[in-house]
Amino acid sequence: MAEADDPRPAQSGDDESIPLMQRVLDNPFLLLFLGIAVPALTYLIWGIIEIAQVPIAD
Amino acid sequence: MATATEFRTCPNTGLKVDLAAERLIKANAVVAIVFLAIGGLFGILVAFTRWPAVHLLPADWFYLALTAHGLDVLLVWIIFFEIAVLYFASAVLLNSRLAAPKFAWAGFVLMVVGALITNVAVLQGDSSVMFTSYVPMRAAPNFYLGLILFAVGALIGCFVFFGTLVVAKAEKTYEGSIPLVTFGAMTAAIIAVFTIVSGAIILIPTWLWSYGLIPDIDPVIYKLIWWGMGHSSQQINVSAHVAIWYAIAALVFGAKPLSEKVSRMAFLMYILFLQIASAHHMLVEPGLSSEWKIFNTSYAMYLAVLGSMVHGMTVPGSIEAAQRKNGYDRGLFEWLRKAPWGNPAFSGMFLSLLMFGFLGGISGVVMGVEQINLIMHNTLYVPGHFHATVVAGTTLAFMAITYVLVPLIFRRELILKGWARLQPYVFGIGVAGNSLFMMGAGTLGVSRRHWDISFADASLPFDYPAAAFLMMGLNGISAILAMLGGLMFVIVVVGSVFFGRKLGADEKVSLGEVAGSGRAVASYGSSDTIKIPGTAVLVAIFFIAFVLYYFVNWKYLSEIWPMS
Repeated sequence: MAEADDPRPAQSGDDESIPLMQRVLDNPFLLLFLGIAVPALTYLIWGIIEIAQVPIAD
Repeated sequence: MATATEFRTCPNTGLKVDLAAERLIKANAVVAIVFLAIGGLFGILVAFTRWPAVHLLPADWFYLALTAHGLDVLLVWIIFFEIAVLYFASAVLLNSRLAAPKFAWAGFVLMVVGALITNVAVLQGDSSVMFTSYVPMRAAPNFYLGLILFAVGALIGCFVFFGTLVVAKAEKTYEGSIPLVTFGAMTAAIIAVFTIVSGAIILIPTWLWSYGLIPDIDPVIYKLIWWGMGHSSQQINVSAHVAIWYAIAALVFGAKPLSEKVSRMAFLMYILFLQIASAHHMLVEPGLSSEWKIFNTSYAMYLAVLGSMVHGMTVPGSIEAAQRKNGYDRGLFEWLRKAPWGNPAFSGMFLSLLMFGFLGGISGVVMGVEQINLIMHNTLYVPGHFHATVVAGTTLAFMAITYVLVPLIFRRELILKGWARLQPYVFGIGVAGNSLFMMGAGTLGVSRRHWDISFADASLPFDYPAAAFLMMGLNGISAILAMLGGLMFVIVVVGSVFFGRKLGADEKVSLGEVAGSGRAVASYGSSDTIKIPGTAVLVAIFFIAFVLYYFVNWKYLSEIWPMS
């Protein structure tokens, strides 16, 4: 009875109806992880590895 | 013991405003404007010294002023204002209480103390290492300590923002996805975390090195990681001011984004790729491979540029769609002609958009190309570029939203409305001149950060072309105009906050907006139409300018670097 009157759809149904990309964009902590990991890998870590491989002058 | 959160209801938007968040927004915005005034003062000293006919300061004072100018306007003014934007875009737009206001105040105090410590260190005269503070130049330990404290305070502000997103979702203060303006602010906060972590990685060891506790810091590693902070901090600005463009379009016109999905994907491109633009500072470093340079400044970076071009189309496009819906539907540009050009929130925002795109955006892409970067690397072209992005783009957008925040958050009526109407034009024209003339001088080879371009006391004489001196003079005149615009802003805003008429609790304030537009800023949803022929013409003009300028630079490179 309560289900019929409740205007809110079931939570699991909500999740299924939301497209994957929107769920990604609705997850601030996943975006935070990506926003740190991608530049950390391509800019910082790759760059440090390259500089560290430069031979030190005698 | 939990304390009840106090709210008031905004008579314009109907949004609940957490009073703790409101106090923090006010505090951060006020301190931001104080540092804008201080940094602007140092800026005019720098411009008057670089103007050969004036040449105001002796060399040691010039480098002191340049250090203070960079520090106060590139970092302190901007980050304080961004923290205010983060609290506005989370607690206010999400109808929520602010998470952990006591932590937010602790972060604020750390930022104030840090900014003061670093400023004092600079003014004492033994830390004139400029904003970049490249090692092996050594500043006083307090220079680095102040920056570290400031960064920790800003990091706390970012996490209060993320905490507020969690609180708002848990307490169901909004439906569906967060509004686009909040999403843009979240993008800024994510980039801020990367920025601050990069700063901590390099500034903490440099602080210890300044005490002699670490024997040396590798200059190239320092430069690489420092720019992870130094340039990314300017990408926080880009995300924040784009969010503000959307906010003003929504507040003034009731404009909704043409497509929520497309605009969010553009912000996602920022989150993933905007920070790596830092690499263009490393384009002449021999220790890094072409693969690293080209991937970070071209292949991946262009995805972030694509994001900016999407925003550059969807922001005016959303305004056009809203204006056409409101009846301004004749011809290509009635929507733009009949826009409220006397409303400083709109004019500031639109000038910011135009100058960021045409001056800052195009020059940024040109500088990011490894080959043509060589024409202008480390010349005055670089400050010309970032005065277009950070000053004409970000600062003007922040000024524009301030004209909305004074009545909505400070609950004061603006004073000197005539000045307020003129201010974005005076400041915008001045800064556009700064940017163009510095880029012009840089193209003629004038180096950045140089005290005397006449080389009066050099043992080997060198003459720049006469046009370079003309450019520096025009830059000085533009700086006077920008200073006047900045002064008008400070007088109007500070005067309004202290002496403006207090607005009643239920008193609506006119923002020059269309009726009922206030709610659009806090809701999710796309525009009903994508019929935007006027914007399509503007975008076509932009692309033609972009392509022409890009190829002119290749032509220029071929002339100064002949191949036979």
